Amino acid sequence: MDRVDMQRIKSGEVNLGTSIMAVQFEGGVVIGADSRTTTGSYIANRVTDKLTFLHDRIYCCRSGSAADTQAIADFGHYYLQIQAQALGAPPSVPTAAAIMERMCYQNKDQLSAGIIVAGWDKQNGPSVYNIPLGGGLFRQPWAIGGSGSTYVYGYCDATYQEGWGRDETVNFVKNTLALAMSRDGSSGGCIRMCVITEDNVERLFVPGDQLPRFWEGKEVLGAATKKPAGVPTAAADVVPMAVEA
Amino acid sequence: MTSIGTGYDLSASTYSPDGRIFQVEYANKAVENSGTAIGLRVKDGIVLAVEKLVHSKLLVPEANRRIQTVDRHVGLATAGLLADGRQLANRARDESLNYRDSWKQPIPLKYLADRLGLYVQVYTLYSSVRPFGISTIVGGIDENGPTLYVIEPSGVFFGYHGAAVGKGKQLAKTEMEKLKLSELTTRQAVMEAARIIHLVHDDAKEKDFELELSWIGDETNGLHLPVPKDLFEEADKAARAALETFE
Amino acid sequence: MDHFPTNWGRPRNDAYDAYGTYPIAQRPYNGPKDTFEAGVQRTQQPIVTGTSVLALKYKDGIMMAADNLASYGSLARFKDIERLYPVGNNTVIGAGGDMSDFQYIQSLLDSLMIEEFTAQDGHSLGPKEIHEYLSQVMYGRRSKINPLWNSLIVGGFKDGKRFLAYVDLLGTTYSASTLATGYGAYIAQPLLRKAIEGYEDVLTEEQAEKIITECLKVLFYRDARSLNKYQIATITDKGVNVSESRSMETTWSFAEGIRGYGSQTQ
Repeated sequence: MDRVDMQRIKSGEVNLGTSIMAVQFEGGVVIGADSRTTTGSYIANRVTDKLTFLHDRIYCCRSGSAADTQAIADFGHYYLQIQAQALGAPPSVPTAAAIMERMCYQNKDQLSAGIIVAGWDKQNGPSVYNIPLGGGLFRQPWAIGGSGSTYVYGYCDATYQEGWGRDETVNFVKNTLALAMSRDGSSGGCIRMCVITEDNVERLFVPGDQLPRFWEGKEVLGAATKKPAGVPTAAADVVPMAVEA
Repeated sequence: MTSIGTGYDLSASTYSPDGRIFQVEYANKAVENSGTAIGLRVKDGIVLAVEKLVHSKLLVPEANRRIQTVDRHVGLATAGLLADGRQLANRARDESLNYRDSWKQPIPLKYLADRLGLYVQVYTLYSSVRPFGISTIVGGIDENGPTLYVIEPSGVFFGYHGAAVGKGKQLAKTEMEKLKLSELTTRQAVMEAARIIHLVHDDAKEKDFELELSWIGDETNGLHLPVPKDLFEEADKAARAALETFE
Repeated sequence: MDHFPTNWGRPRNDAYDAYGTYPIAQRPYNGPKDTFEAGVQRTQQPIVTGTSVLALKYKDGIMMAADNLASYGSLARFKDIERLYPVGNNTVIGAGGDMSDFQYIQSLLDSLMIEEFTAQDGHSLGPKEIHEYLSQVMYGRRSKINPLWNSLIVGGFKDGKRFLAYVDLLGTTYSASTLATGYGAYIAQPLLRKAIEGYEDVLTEEQAEKIITECLKVLFYRDARSLNKYQIATITDKGVNVSESRSMETTWSFAEGIRGYGSQTQ
């Protein structure tokens, strides 16, 4: 009756049950991802790099089947190298997104891949393209993807504003991913980010023990009932629960 | 014609001892027998013009056009064998369509010229085929602005500000060199193009000809279109008038 | 015809997934199991979907409307999607169903129009030809058991004649003075028929717009996969015009005084 539809996701396959994100800002894009790869509930890799190089200033964030998305990214990288040679110039981001979309769309029956393509090019400046499960190409100022993303749509809608600079954008990506990772069991580990601008691609890393923290219950913000000021708080006066033998 | 009778000119896959491929050179002769075609690359657009020699009064006017459309933003004019021109235009349309399907963007002219160059060159390699008997002017507007290329029977291609192929190419080139192409508007270039075609046409040797004019620019919204009737008439009339004063 | 793209190709059963909240990759399946399913060519399923398209005939031509939402199951994923697409100078197609397939159809039509343009023969494809082309494509794909998961409305005006017709993933076609896909076929179509039929040649653009926006509003109230952002297209002798995206006005103030669900007054 409620059998999970595993026809799509071949049994035993390694999945990027993921939180990924890309945001454009004046002068560049920030992309980010968690680092967890799972087979079922086992973490196959806790330090995965889901930010994948397509060309000098174009990256993609991968979600879905690790095997499928790696294959797509490899082909994308290959096509873009040819494109760069043929044109004698770096390929544009929409061009890269288009070729990735074509692979996802034409092989939709075989693939489970949700990919975000982002980067910088001369014609368009910074841009972000979302390619969801069965293909389709959607340009967005910010895009989120993967299983963790469903938990943070509201946060993004409420927080994102146009006209941010680099640092604000990096913070937005970092906070969003941390929130998604904290609620999604299939996401976790560290946060990896890239800032892609005309000049360079800068890698940023947030270790798993230094993620931004938000409301987590009383161990962070203290007891639910407010205590009068001056009284010692938290840890010190918490009496451990007695455990029966 | 030192090549004749030597046996080195029977196949495109055979070099002569001094390193020439006579079949390709003969193809160039086919081009030189054809009415002139020119292309102007100006400030904000491209103009193509052709002197189409009409070999029979029984032909329907405007039939057998030698300026063809490859894509919304690309035009192509040929000098040489008419059928070869059609074949190459069809190939160009396929290339353009394929590029669009893959990359969801209009084809850049440099890339199109490159692909057509490769295609034409292949016909210089085999004994079973004949090289293209055409020189092709490809013009259009892409992300780099107005762009113009000429592809020759050997498969080489070059970019130009002003291009001329066919019978009157020498005279046409001389005329184009007098123009400040990068300062002209597309509309002005239409007038010049018509004038040059009328000028290079040799009344004494050739019979009647039909003028073909097309343009791509801001006024056409980036589309490759035939020059509209009123402007065509104006350009044609001015060209005839200029001819009187020139002589 | 079932007008819910999410139901297409699956058995109707409200016992599970009563709200249609499918994260598509994991949608449960309770139908009979095919032992040889791996060897059978499978039909895909719609993933990113658009909902209703509305269209009507009026005095000056055709008016069409669609909202700007592309859903991902119950997630309102993309809120700035244009589902009305002009083809040439005389035609607009509106699409419900899978948006990746719709984008593919757009590229098919683009190629087709370029092919016609390059012919430079003085002819151009009008709504009639485009609809015929689409019906052949849609039927061809369904016969390969690999349908393009859409229901499409083709509206146009050419040579002084209005054209309005429907085609869907099965290749089914029909024509009428009002058309609606998706939820609109159930909710908006009766309203449209009442307002339009018999008045096709007298209704002004203003009147038509009022009717169609009223229908969109009712759909927004009752279709859980709809959005209050939409566009309107007109196709007349002046050509094609697809409006900017706009927001609709809705009424909720009457709800403030409602208490409980029966006799409760507090």
